[in-house]
Amino acid sequence: MTKMSARNMFIVATVVVSAVFLYLTYLSHMSFAARTHSENITAQVEHGKKVWERHACIDCHTLLGEGAYYAPELGNVIERRGEPFVRTVLETAAVQGWGTTRKMPQFDLSKEDIDSLVEFFKWMNEVDTNNWPPNIEG
Amino acid sequence: MKYQFESQRVSYPYFVAAMALFAAQILFGLIIGAQYIWPDLLFPAIPFNIGRMIHINLLVVWLIFGFMGSAYYLLPEEVEGEIYSTKLAMLQFWLFLVGGATAIVGYLFRWHDGREFLEQPTIIKAAIVVVVLMFIFNMIMTMIKGRRTTSITVVLLTGFLGLAVFYLFAFYKPANMTVDKYYWWWVVHLWVEGVWELIMAAFLSFLLIKLTGIDREVAEKWLYVIVGLTFLTGVIGTGHHYYWIGTPAFWQTWGAWFSAIEILPFAAMVAFSFKMIGKRSRQHPNRAAVLWTVGAAVLSFIGAGIWGFMHTLPQINFYTHGTQITASHGHLAFFGAYAVIVLAMISYAVPNLRKSTPGITRQKMEIFSFWTMAVSMIFIALALTGAGIVQVYLQRVLAMSYMDTQSYMKIFYVIRLFFGVTFAIGLIAYLYDFFTGNRSKQRHFGA
Repeated sequence: MTKMSARNMFIVATVVVSAVFLYLTYLSHMSFAARTHSENITAQVEHGKKVWERHACIDCHTLLGEGAYYAPELGNVIERRGEPFVRTVLETAAVQGWGTTRKMPQFDLSKEDIDSLVEFFKWMNEVDTNNWPPNIEG
Repeated sequence: MKYQFESQRVSYPYFVAAMALFAAQILFGLIIGAQYIWPDLLFPAIPFNIGRMIHINLLVVWLIFGFMGSAYYLLPEEVEGEIYSTKLAMLQFWLFLVGGATAIVGYLFRWHDGREFLEQPTIIKAAIVVVVLMFIFNMIMTMIKGRRTTSITVVLLTGFLGLAVFYLFAFYKPANMTVDKYYWWWVVHLWVEGVWELIMAAFLSFLLIKLTGIDREVAEKWLYVIVGLTFLTGVIGTGHHYYWIGTPAFWQTWGAWFSAIEILPFAAMVAFSFKMIGKRSRQHPNRAAVLWTVGAAVLSFIGAGIWGFMHTLPQINFYTHGTQITASHGHLAFFGAYAVIVLAMISYAVPNLRKSTPGITRQKMEIFSFWTMAVSMIFIALALTGAGIVQVYLQRVLAMSYMDTQSYMKIFYVIRLFFGVTFAIGLIAYLYDFFTGNRSKQRHFGA
């Protein structure tokens, strides 16, 4: 193989896989609405996502398995713990420890923020994740 | 001593900044590693999420400083001409340093966005884009004005263009979390398992040519094979992040097949390095640089290649996704591939900048730092793998709750922190050598 043929293979491979990748991206977009129930993304859910981002929750928790590994998975937290428990945690974080005394900072969330975050978690719980996680503990 | 291009000196401040930020990254790594054992440490002043944000953002910033500094060093020798504008390079340096430092300090005061790794506030993101565009402009102009175009510079430019283009997806924040995650990976995956590998492979080829005196044609052929394999496997390999986030199930097939062979470009880098070192026509006096170069190929193969392959198939990833297994792979892959290649470039370039390369007689300190950091990082990865195995079994198989599971993983966090400390000792040795070692040699040779 010469350098030029190696270069040409690089170019051809890149073009072909990029085309396939873009086509699969197109197919993914076709399925997002149904798989994520995007019709349920209300203004409240949208605000909940902003609250989630404002406090960088992802840098301790995971959401559908992505994030940091210092605190529990939250994609299915509503199903696992129930809404009242989630609300209590959001209201009283940092006051109490969990298990080995890892603590969550107190973010002083408003009632509106907590409501939105709960709606956001409820929406997340309905996303079709191909049956992940393996069990309710996330 | 070979002729040096005066403008190569502009790379030096980039290397100094990279070293300082690297040290800070490790400091924050030690803090959050300790928080796994003593959760009240620095709480609530620096809670885990802020510490982790800083740890990883510092990593990315120092690596990009290292990439740019290395490119400014490499370009004049490759194109046989000076950098187009050293003034622009310095302006870009200060803008990046101020922007990066502002972001990091801002995090301590809770000034951040909330998407993993992309926590930079929008204005900082915009500044980063400006910095990268300044760099790319300078690079292209240098290439145009230079006497020759080499495959190394073309691949390097492709890598930096990709870095700039894919970062633009950081500005896209859709309300649908699944769509958000989908394009978030276009920054994260297509950087580290895509275009960054081009940058790494270009540096590797440059170093091997310089250190072994092998034929450029041969090295550049290898380079195209490596980057061809990178894109062939890595682009559709993005699918291994699309198994469980609301994306269609067909990604499990595409992601599995393509990401399973993402190990190939790393295997090719190992083969390339050993073959070239075996065929070397001269013994370069800078043995430490040779060690770092081969180390980058080998450690990236282990960390990115093997540790990545370990949990890339959906049947396994179903259980390991979002556990310490991911953290284990992340540590060894980033260190092995990107940290070590930047350290290799620094190790090669800095003695040349100080005109002290012919006078290198002993590099005990630097070689000590290589082995200390490499072995420590391997044990960090092994400790986290141990933690991950416990977590998979207790939490994912036996359905024990997250926090109960964590209490059984504590021993592995202790081991990890221990090797975090030894890693820091290796880094201190490297920094000591960087700032003092070569200077004493310089005095001897009166450069």
